[in-house]
Amino acid sequence: MLTFILKRLGLAVLVAFTVSFISFTLLFLAGDPAAALAGETASGEDIEAISKLYGFDRPMLIQYGDWLFSALRGDFGESYYFRLPVASLIFERLGVTMTLGVCGISFALLTAVPLGVAAAIRPNSIIDRVALFLSVAGQAMPSFWFGLILIVLFAIKLGWLPPSGASSPAHFIMPTIVLGYYAMPAIMRLTRAGMLDVLSSDYIRTARAKGAPEGRILFRHALRNAIIPVVSLAAVQMGFMLGGSIVVESIFALHGAGYLAWESIARNDLPTVQALILVFSMFYIVFTFLADVLNAWLDPRMRSS
Amino acid sequence: MSDTSTTDSLLQEITGPTPGQMLRKRVFGHQGLLFGGIVLAILLFIAIFAPLLAPHDPYAQSLMTRMQPPVFLGGDWEHPLGTDHLGRDYLSRLIYGARVSLMIGAVAALISGVIGTAMGVAAGYFGGRVDMVVTFLINVRLAMPVVLVALAVVAILGGSLQVVIVVLGLLLWDRFAVVMRASTLQVRGREYVAAARAIGASTPRVILSEIMPNIANNLIVVVTLEMAHAILLEAALSFLGLGVQPPTPSWGLMVSEGKNMMLFEPWMVLIPGAVLFLLVLAINLMGDGLRDVTAPENRS
Repeated sequence: MLTFILKRLGLAVLVAFTVSFISFTLLFLAGDPAAALAGETASGEDIEAISKLYGFDRPMLIQYGDWLFSALRGDFGESYYFRLPVASLIFERLGVTMTLGVCGISFALLTAVPLGVAAAIRPNSIIDRVALFLSVAGQAMPSFWFGLILIVLFAIKLGWLPPSGASSPAHFIMPTIVLGYYAMPAIMRLTRAGMLDVLSSDYIRTARAKGAPEGRILFRHALRNAIIPVVSLAAVQMGFMLGGSIVVESIFALHGAGYLAWESIARNDLPTVQALILVFSMFYIVFTFLADVLNAWLDPRMRSS
Repeated sequence: MSDTSTTDSLLQEITGPTPGQMLRKRVFGHQGLLFGGIVLAILLFIAIFAPLLAPHDPYAQSLMTRMQPPVFLGGDWEHPLGTDHLGRDYLSRLIYGARVSLMIGAVAALISGVIGTAMGVAAGYFGGRVDMVVTFLINVRLAMPVVLVALAVVAILGGSLQVVIVVLGLLLWDRFAVVMRASTLQVRGREYVAAARAIGASTPRVILSEIMPNIANNLIVVVTLEMAHAILLEAALSFLGLGVQPPTPSWGLMVSEGKNMMLFEPWMVLIPGAVLFLLVLAINLMGDGLRDVTAPENRS
């Protein structure tokens, strides 16, 4: 188990470094940051001075090394727009995004797992068809459009929920539904497939044969085994969702890290964008790492591969 | 005459349905595939013949006829779906928008398909170091937040149709690589691959004429999934104002433009979003259907 964790950790660190290098290079190649900083009316000398001041005239690899070592110490530089340290700027906003992510994945799990189990118990029944319909529709639903429809319906027409902002729990209801619905189809399908698979296995037939009550068979024997891959998928989805919250946060004007990313891209605020790309990938890397470790702990067969 | 028809039916009874008949039965018996295929065919037709079908120029502005309601809300037939805030005919923009979405979906899926398939097949076929490198690259790619990276790069390079297509194509190859690697691993050990090698077929030949045809059905399914993915992403980028730029008639952009008037004219948001939903739904249903129909285990 320990070797597995160490190997997996080594991979995670390597991936993190590669991602940081790629995201730095992408934005480095993007053009002259000094010109962007100086503004459109700046003269050539101004740009050159700024370039010297910020060290943009040095070779790329040196700039990357510099940035990386500061980043490892938690210093992501200063935002061009806010003139504040990027790290504290992001840290301030992460609370909203994390809340949204946790609510979203909880919503997805609480709807997808019961639906998936119910669909697997009676394949081709009404419930199965409803579950299938919901998951097919969820995969095709543009989340920005779904969010706007909810706003029109529940905030404008019915007036039940606030349309935007993050000042009360009620503000999180619609964003949670939009973000959660995005993750729900995959979890539902995996739960259904896993349950179908398990329910036709020998040990379930044995449990039935010895007369175990149906509820005990479903939840103690079947769901326990079917849920293992769902746990790791949920962790991966959580990583994706934090990155995908940019759309949801912009619709509902939730001032989280995703909203910050959107603003910063529009403002050409490169240090903030760079740091955010790194932070969001770190989330994904940490979550997939945890998922793999959890999986190996739950299912010893996974440890060998 | 009657003689031949009885022999025909006799023959039919003895030999059973031909493979072609069986395939036709599977295809036409699959509701999802049928629905998806028909909707996609209609939208494709609309996209190809957009200049003939659109009642107006999708770019023509008119200050006199701004914000006209659609015909079902009391508008006239001159503009069946009304006009937008610049007086442009909504139906015409919707029709031309099909071109943007389908083009982006198809070309981005093609680019990412070539990259991902090459990587996945190489990893699955050669194994060892090649597999290690490809698996690592897949991990790196998955760790990068797609929406954020795409937004940032498109913002830097400028949002034209070509840039959006290339950026999405270069970002969305992960699923191709994952699925093609797994499929190749499954097929690699089969007897017919060993047989081809035994008669001296070269590596490219084995890959192209033994491996590829046998993993093609999985490839088609991923193509449809990634087409849908690319179309949704383009719409999201354009909605956020950092994808395809105005005045291009992109459905995502139309939703974004309609958003400001959502209070009074909700149809401006509802219509383009609904068409987008329908297109993605059709592509996904077709992909699911193709998987069901072509999977060997369902050929009974």
